[in-house]
Amino acid sequence: MTTTSDRDQLAYISSQAADARVNVELNTGDMTLNIGPQHPATHGTLRIACRLDGEQVIMAEPMMGYMHRGYEKLCEVRTYPQCTTLINRIDWLGSFANEVPFILAAERLMEVEAPPRAQWIRTILFELSRIANVALFLGDMGVQLGALTPVFFAFRDREHVLNQIEAITGGRFHPNFDRIGGLKDDIPKGWIEETKSVMVKMRTFCDEMEDLLVGNEIFQTRCRGVGVIPADVALSYGMSGANLRASGVDWDLRRDANPGLAWDQIDWRVWTHPDGDSFARYWVRLQETREATYIVDKLLDGIPSGPIMAKVPRIIKVPAGEAYISTENPLGEMGYYIVSKGELGPFRVKIRTPSFNNISVVPWVMKGVYVPDVITILGSLYFILGDIDR
Amino acid sequence: MIELLALPYWQETSIKLGLALVVIPTTSLILVYLFLFKMMAFMQSRLGPNETGPYGTLQLIAEAIKFLQKEDINPAQADRRVFRLAPVVVLASTFLLYVVLPAGPDAVVQNLDTGVFYAMAVSSLSVLGILMAGWASANKYALLGGLRAAGQLIAYELPLILAVMGVVIQAETMNLQGIVEAQATGEIFGIGVIGNPFILTQFLAFLIFMIAAQAELTQTPFDMPVAETELVGGYHIEYTGFRFLLFFMAEFGTAFAFAALASVMFLGGWWIPGFDVDNNILNILGPGVMLGKILLVAFFIFWVRFTYPRLREDQLQKFAWKVLIPLALVNIVLTGIFKVVF
Amino acid sequence: MPQVPGFIKGLSVTAKTAGRTLFPKRGWKTLIPAPQKGAVTVQYPREKEAPPDRARGVIALHEENCTACMLCSRSCPDWCIYIEGHKVKAPPRRAGGKARSVNMLDRFDIDYALCMYCGICVEVCPFDALFWTPEYEYSEPRIADLLHDKVRLGEWMDTVPDFLEYESGSEEKVRKVPR
Repeated sequence: MTTTSDRDQLAYISSQAADARVNVELNTGDMTLNIGPQHPATHGTLRIACRLDGEQVIMAEPMMGYMHRGYEKLCEVRTYPQCTTLINRIDWLGSFANEVPFILAAERLMEVEAPPRAQWIRTILFELSRIANVALFLGDMGVQLGALTPVFFAFRDREHVLNQIEAITGGRFHPNFDRIGGLKDDIPKGWIEETKSVMVKMRTFCDEMEDLLVGNEIFQTRCRGVGVIPADVALSYGMSGANLRASGVDWDLRRDANPGLAWDQIDWRVWTHPDGDSFARYWVRLQETREATYIVDKLLDGIPSGPIMAKVPRIIKVPAGEAYISTENPLGEMGYYIVSKGELGPFRVKIRTPSFNNISVVPWVMKGVYVPDVITILGSLYFILGDIDR
Repeated sequence: MIELLALPYWQETSIKLGLALVVIPTTSLILVYLFLFKMMAFMQSRLGPNETGPYGTLQLIAEAIKFLQKEDINPAQADRRVFRLAPVVVLASTFLLYVVLPAGPDAVVQNLDTGVFYAMAVSSLSVLGILMAGWASANKYALLGGLRAAGQLIAYELPLILAVMGVVIQAETMNLQGIVEAQATGEIFGIGVIGNPFILTQFLAFLIFMIAAQAELTQTPFDMPVAETELVGGYHIEYTGFRFLLFFMAEFGTAFAFAALASVMFLGGWWIPGFDVDNNILNILGPGVMLGKILLVAFFIFWVRFTYPRLREDQLQKFAWKVLIPLALVNIVLTGIFKVVF
Repeated sequence: MPQVPGFIKGLSVTAKTAGRTLFPKRGWKTLIPAPQKGAVTVQYPREKEAPPDRARGVIALHEENCTACMLCSRSCPDWCIYIEGHKVKAPPRRAGGKARSVNMLDRFDIDYALCMYCGICVEVCPFDALFWTPEYEYSEPRIADLLHDKVRLGEWMDTVPDFLEYESGSEEKVRKVPR
């Protein structure tokens, strides 16, 4: 792992300061630029209103809500299986990961535990959705910076993971596979071998990304020292996931607050980077994708045999109570707070999404950066609009 | 110089101009098809257009027809006349560049004695067109793109010209045909079989020329003016239909022209070993030889374009002023020394 | 060994991919360009990818098993299943017994313009009357034609694949598709 030198960081800051001084001396006016809802760089309909002085940003304000679909209200009038179908679509790239905390919270209210085989397969599918999600980020960051080819490699190699998810659940993007008490169905024959070969392909993809982007001097010049978020600022804004780990904070819910899935049964490591700039965020996610392929390999070797579903009644009525469970989703920490009144569906569901907090740091981090760096920072923070707006 | 046909001046010139006008869209067509459609597709594990015509060769003609039938939209607050004139200015600079490119001992529209000087001067006219487009579009993204383009294109003119100076010093002439003859009749340490292509002695100048050409063509890694994921098109964001096609054709026509200049100045132009410089057969073989060399140079231009991300504009400027220009000056000094000493 | 600068490595990755796309054949035929074979894209509609057996393409109805219990219709998140039925008197099971009432299915429509392909209806059916098939080519020029009625849903039963065997270690039993 390579870090930015102090000299490079100082060089960037001093060039920003020099530009700001020139703008003040020349008494230039401000320009409001709308990196508007329709823009190729915001992953969806996010609007960032920037006040620019020349090419430097004085103030940037994210305005979200263009994609609000009313999930929390929708869940109030649906039963638990119907809710599971809907919440697949919050973070649509790593969609199995959305179901898991919801189901775990409902299981905690029902005081039922899924059998070990179900927990292991849940973990495998969780890590597969993490690989699918972050692989797209690895290619997408290239496109934000102008490299046209990595994103095609990302889509091409991600197809294999999606095929594996489809082979077991029936849906590539919206598996809708988790049930209260376990999983809907068991693994078909031959799936374990195929998934292992897919993991080999994903590792080759990670190596290609490392050659194409991480090792590229232009990528490093664009990303190093850009958008530095110190650890205390990141924690105070409630950032989570790879963004936090890239600022040096050693925090991973899979290890620290495991809600019952199989991560404590195998050896794996958490990747951090001390710099906190865009390069660090990319690097951490690259290593996490590789680590996820190793985790899947180890999990595939040790799936315990047993039933796939615990004994739950056919029509599920979750007893009254409140429960909150959060997990380490591909984008960060996602949590569901379920209030139940003992009926067929929840009374109130509060969804804590990682991207909402991740982009709340945008006004702080965008002071004085250049317009191209706005795109770099937004790309490296990696949010998905469905996650922000729900 | 053998004259093929004894025609009065204006007839000969109009035939040559007509040929040049036909050649320019054809060349951009070839480049776009081969590199933008097909090579980019193969590098991304996909096929590219393969439905229109055999192996998708007629795709650009289909696109041209599509562009022709689009509505001519001018933004309400745009400066009408300047907005409409901008793509014409850029295309005019491309056309003017083709006047001086040689495809054979006699196959050139006008063999100017200051060929290199004229080519460099005329290629920098496109900056004017881009600035006009950026300002007249009444769009903040276009304005940003236009201003970035102005800074970048002017900054990279200097390394381009300084790199070419090395070639001119070595060839002792600015005439493009003269440069080809100098490479054809030159010798490397006494062996005259393959002549003396200047890429061997002027390797540094070749590298600087290619990098500066990449920046002049606003190709990645220097495509800040047209940064698609930031400025969504930069200076040509408001252009649709035929005017956009003019920008597009100008971009690839200029790419062809720069590749032609590179192959004339560094790779030996239309000359291949085994022929006399005055041989008339080279008037027929020459265009084919030039096409091959141009495709080779363009391959490198587009290979780099599809692989690297783009530089931020202050990093661009730093690279031009602090790295390329000093290297080009060093190259000139060394060339001068070697020319005088040997 | 000096480190290869990142520029060269990046160029080699794209060149290698281009080479693999253009010349995918192995052995002595390597130099014949065959991009159609080397590209990863599937040239639909000439080539069609076969989705896995469990893919959720369209839902088929086995009418004999359906008792119009309305469980699927009630549990659909989109309310896209329309069921109508009436009761008839059927002869008693054994002589001398009471006549029993049986549900007869009049109408069973699934509106695929609304369907979310979630599978709750298939899962919830207590009589195994609904099955998934991986067929996906049923788009229509008119939206109203996307309402599949009883007969069409019955025709999809021919395309339902058998249930797959499970991996070792599973305690699930493979169910049978009624043909």
